[in-house]
Order: sequence, then C-alpha cells, then structure tokens
Amino acid sequence: MQPRADLLIRKARVIDPASGRDEVADLLLEGGRLVRIGASLDAPGAELVDADGLWLLPGLVDTCVRLPEPGNHRTGSLHSETRAAAAGGITHLCATPDTDPVVDSTAVVRLIRERAMRAGFARVLPMAALTQGLAGQQLAELATLRDAGCIAVSNAGHRVQDALILKRSLEYAATFDLPVVFRPQDAALSSGGCAHEGPVATRLGLPGIPAVAETVDLARALLLVEATGVRAHFHQLSCAASVGLLRHAKAQGLNVTADVSIHHLLLDESAIEGFNSLCHISPPLRSRADRDALMQGVIDGTVDAISSQHIPLGGSAKLAPFPSTRPGISGLDTLLSLVLELVQRDQLPLRRALDAITAAPARCLGVSAGRLEEGRLASLCLLDPAATRLPGEDWLSAGRNSPWLDTELPGTVRLTVCEGKVTWLSD
Amino acid sequence: MIAEPATDPLQLTGDGQLRNFLSIEGLPRSVLEQILDNAASFVDVGDRAIKKVPLLRGKTVVNLFFEASTRTRTTFELAAKRLSADVLNIDIARSATSKGESLMDMLRNLEAMASDMFVVRHADSGAPHYIARHATPEVAIINAGDGRHAHPTQAMLDMYTIRHYKGGFAGLKVAIIGDILHSRVARSQIHALNILGAEEVRVIGPRTLLPADIERLGVSVYHDLSQGLRDVDVVIALRLQKERMDSALLPSESEFFRLYGLNNERLRHAHPEAIIMHPGPINRGVEIASEVADGKRSVILHQVTFGIAVRMAVMSMCMSGRETEQRGRGGDHATAR
Repeated sequence: MQPRADLLIRKARVIDPASGRDEVADLLLEGGRLVRIGASLDAPGAELVDADGLWLLPGLVDTCVRLPEPGNHRTGSLHSETRAAAAGGITHLCATPDTDPVVDSTAVVRLIRERAMRAGFARVLPMAALTQGLAGQQLAELATLRDAGCIAVSNAGHRVQDALILKRSLEYAATFDLPVVFRPQDAALSSGGCAHEGPVATRLGLPGIPAVAETVDLARALLLVEATGVRAHFHQLSCAASVGLLRHAKAQGLNVTADVSIHHLLLDESAIEGFNSLCHISPPLRSRADRDALMQGVIDGTVDAISSQHIPLGGSAKLAPFPSTRPGISGLDTLLSLVLELVQRDQLPLRRALDAITAAPARCLGVSAGRLEEGRLASLCLLDPAATRLPGEDWLSAGRNSPWLDTELPGTVRLTVCEGKVTWLSD
Repeated sequence: MIAEPATDPLQLTGDGQLRNFLSIEGLPRSVLEQILDNAASFVDVGDRAIKKVPLLRGKTVVNLFFEASTRTRTTFELAAKRLSADVLNIDIARSATSKGESLMDMLRNLEAMASDMFVVRHADSGAPHYIARHATPEVAIINAGDGRHAHPTQAMLDMYTIRHYKGGFAGLKVAIIGDILHSRVARSQIHALNILGAEEVRVIGPRTLLPADIERLGVSVYHDLSQGLRDVDVVIALRLQKERMDSALLPSESEFFRLYGLNNERLRHAHPEAIIMHPGPINRGVEIASEVADGKRSVILHQVTFGIAVRMAVMSMCMSGRETEQRGRGGDHATAR
C-alpha cells in the first residue's frame, strides 16, 4: 500500500447507500482518515483529485471469495487476487475456509492475514471452518479461531450430513454470536450433476442438478437456525424457491441474510449452450424464472448482498469437455462493472445495487465496512461510470476463467482506498 | 419451446456442407436427407465381390474411443475401410491419456501424424464439440456417441431404416420406450424425427427415466405403455442398463418388463404394420421379449446393415465438405498442414 497522504477529492458524486447520501461533494482524507465530506473544502498541502463526473462509493465488500492461499498448486496468490480486488474497487473480502489446508487452526488464519497484510491491497476477512477439516464430524475451535481474526464460520461447500452435529455446531457458534455461513446444496441430490436440471441440460445431455438440491438443504438449515437462534448467512442462492424460503424466514423474524452471485443475476441456463464451460459454475445457472426471482429478491431486500463468487482457476481447468471442467468463474475483476450493467439495463435501482455490494454485505457479516463515516479510516473507491472497459487488457486475477473476457463492460475504477491507504490508482 | 440455437458453424461449412458431424440438432432437413440419399448409394457396396469404393483413399481415419464400444467402433472401422481409408484404432484405456497426457496433447500428436478424421466416442457430453473446437480445421470430427448428449450416426441409421420401411416421415407416429434420461440415441432420434417431419414423437417410460422438461424437445410424454403405443407406426425400444437398478431408478428388471417391456400382447395397440427397432445390444426379457426381437416386424438386424452405409455417407460428406472448404481458402489439403 502507498503511504498515507492527505487527499482532497473534489466534486465527486458521493453515493453512500448506508447513509442515503447522494450528492456532489468534496472529501478530505487526513492521515488516511475521512475527516470531512462537504462542499468546497480546502486543504492546503493535500494531494488534489479532480473527481468531476466521477462517483465516489464506499469500498466494496465481497462476501464470497475463494482465495488460492494456502493451497497446493492453486491458481494465483493472495497477492494477485487481492490486487485484482483493489482494481475492482473492493476493499474488504470474505474468504471461504476451503483452502488447503482448511482454515481450522490459528496458524492458517495467521498465515492468511499476514500474507494479505504484506500484499496490502485489501482487507481479507477469513471465515473459519465450522467443523475440523470441513469433515462434518468434530467441531472446530470456533472461539479460538474467532479470537485469531475469523469473522464467521462455515463448512463451505461441504455439507454437514449429520443433523445432530450441525445442530450442536450452530448452538456452539451461537454461544459466541459467530455468524454461520451456509452454502446450501444437498450432496446426494446434486451428485454427478454439472448443470441446472432443466430443458437446456436435457437437450445437451448434461447430468442435472435440480433446484430442490438447494432448497431441501436450505429448508433444513433454516429450521435448525430457528431452533438454535444462531445468526446465519446463506451464500450463493440460485433459485426462486430459495428466495421464497428466505422471505418466509425473514418474515418469521429469523436472524438470516443471504447473497447471490452477480453471475446468477446476469446469466441463466442458456449461457451454457454450446457446452460453454466458462459458464460451468456451482450452483449451476438456473432458469430465466429463477434469475428473475433472484433479481426481485435483491430489489426487495430479501437477498441482501451480491457477491463475486470468485474462484480463480488455472488454464487447464476449463480445457476439457464440459462435465469434466472445474466449476467456477473468476469474478473480482468484473463485480462492480457487472453490477453497473444491471443498473444500466434498468434491472436494478442504483442505490439498491450499490447497497448490495457495500453496506449490506458488511451488515450480513457484522463487519465495520461498506460505508463512508467521518472520523474513521477511509475505505472508498472512485469510479468513472461513463468509461467502458474491455476485461482482458487490464485483467489482474490469475484466473482467467471468465465469460466476460473481451466483453465491453461499463465503469472503470480510478482510485481505491482501503483503510486509509491507496491500494489502486489507474493510469 | 425455447429457441433452437442457430445453425452451428462447427458442423457446416459456409456453403452449408457438412464439415463435422457432432449432433443432429441445428442441421437443416436438406443435410439429413442428403445423408439418407447418399447412404442409399452405399448400401449395395457390402454385396459386391470387392467391398470398396475409393472415396477416402489415402485418408487416415482415427477411431478415438474413450469409452468401450465394440459394435459401434467396428461399424465405423468397416465403413472407413469400405471407403478405402486407412484406419487407426486408439485404445484409450491403454493410451497416454491414462498416463496423464491431456486430451489436448493427445489431439495435437494425432494431428501431427496427419490424420484426416477423428471418430470420437466419449463418456462426457460435449466432448466431440470440445475436440472440434480445438482441433486443427483440417481434421473432420464425427461423434460416435457422447455422454447422454448425442449419437447422430445411430439416429441417422434409424432414420434410414424408417424411411426404407415406411417410405418417408410424413404422418408417422413414433414411440421411443425406456431409459430416455441416459439415452444419447433417443435425443438424436427425437431431433432427427422432428426435423424430418414425423407427425408425432412419443417417449414412454417411468418418470425416473425421463429427463426434466423433455416435452420441450418436441415430444409427447407417456407413462403407460399401452396408451403410448396406440396407433404408432414405429416402435423403438432402448437398451436398459442393469446398473440403473442399483441407483434407485427402478425397483427391478421384472417390474420394468411387466410395465414397459415389449411383447406381442402390448404390440397389439400399435399399428398392425408397425416396425420394431432397437439400437442394440438388446436385453431379452428386460426391454424386449424374444418373440418381438426375433419376430417378423423386427428390423433390428437391418439397422446394423444400414448403419455401415449411413456411416460411409457421413464420412464421405464430411471429407468432401472439408476439401471444398480447403479449396475455397486457396490451399490444398496437403499444403494446409
């Protein structure tokens, strides 16, 4: 990170969904701290940034990122991926615990935090494994892991099969008010599948994963969340029925939140036509109706946040026939542009769209980020909404597994500041 | 119905000739009819003293079978040899792919050996598409069955058989019975029958063996065999694999045969002139009774005979399409490498 300098950002359109602010203003940063937002500020000696025509947003918070470290032959590094995050305006990212080794010891947590700190591009918020080795058998040392810096616990994509062990895990997490993050998918119902069980998979002869593989697991989790009173967040919802279940749970007063990947909002099952393995993701891209329901869920707040669901994969991961390719999209580089794309298509109101990638994900995970607050270390990004970009030339993630490469997208991040330090400055 | 994808440039040259044969879907009716017409001209090659024509002389056809299939591989080999091609059979189980060589590396090596055509059988749906997309444009790819997706030459030999016995497709009612879920043959047959203008295509089976939204492919769905067979002109029984019983798709072979097995009694519901087809190999007493498989309405063995002619037609058309395309680019095949 670059040294903290006093910075005066002039005439930006400041949009902060958390406070409802949307106005042209100046921002003054002193020693990395946001000291003032106001009109016609003056700060002799401060570095000036002319932000006329640009948008100033809180730094983005991403709830669902798989980082390559620690890992065995994984693509990229904490350095490469957090740098991609910074270039995309992301200042805080929540990392899943399914690394190699998994995040179930303080040594691994320390390693991630130290490497992220050394890289200096973004604040990495590690999630701890809910069970040791994600094996679903024995509780991980949740309190110790929390004390080491984990902000939530999750068994990632590894379902805890035994309902009693899951119930006890939730009770234990609730003891320390640790949010539990679920990634609902029934292992048996999704076994062997690689595409949404629907007309496209049927035509292409691809083994299907039915929507009920998600909802049956979501329903079980919601019942156990209700029984234990734990705070819960659901990752990567993909279907209309899940939105319905979540809406009902929230109406009942359950302390639950959820996110959806940007890809599930922009694409549907037709994206895999022609065996396009770049759109092979898990959970799979579902029907148009599911996509529309997810969008409605985001609009009305049932689905709180939009994530990148970032999974960087190596060059050979997608070089195989569709069912043999690895699921995942490298999403950090494109999250903000794709959200803007939804806004430009009038599918999502601007303020809600920005809330879903700033304040809302921070709220979901109980972290202090995603908003502009005077007196605090600044985390923000300056965006040129009128500029377009062609992902590919400026791609920073080590994973180039994206269907958006070489597609013109809106918005370019000019400047990112993470906790007071400049982490990205475009040419 | 969801929109059908546009004509696949992977399959057709700019002037509409076949360049690869990956799937029936997306092909125009004229191409399918041309395959059938060309096959008709090859049917009697097998009856000649010298069972060869020189259309693929000097060409190298590689049978790339990533999944075992003696019958299909043999018919492709025979078809290529009757066209005078040199044939290379790659035993994938013992090949370098099992030693960690990637599929791409293997393709590059085979291309470097100046192959002209790959006949691909693979357990993954879309594998021939993947190979066609990554192989050098000088090599033609023919799908010999991929996952649950397509088995287009099998479907075309079935179409040839139907046209041979029924004269055409207009007004025809065709029933396909059994494991539609896992059947690449059924998917290709459905596309072919719809493109060629059959009046109605029915699929018959329990819900565990029918894929989601199958009616979107343009079929009527029946769970009752007798109702499904009513007045049909063509009956196609599919092979039921025994492992389906282990994965809770069916309770037992005997119950399946009781409900969906073809016997003479059941066939009384079909049109009196209905023909009985099966892509083989058959399970007697599971999907079809011996009395039907060996009965006078069965055309199962004729399907095998026609299969060689249809594969000869497809191979010669793909090679011809390639060569026309190469000439159009201003280079001949040899120098293009």
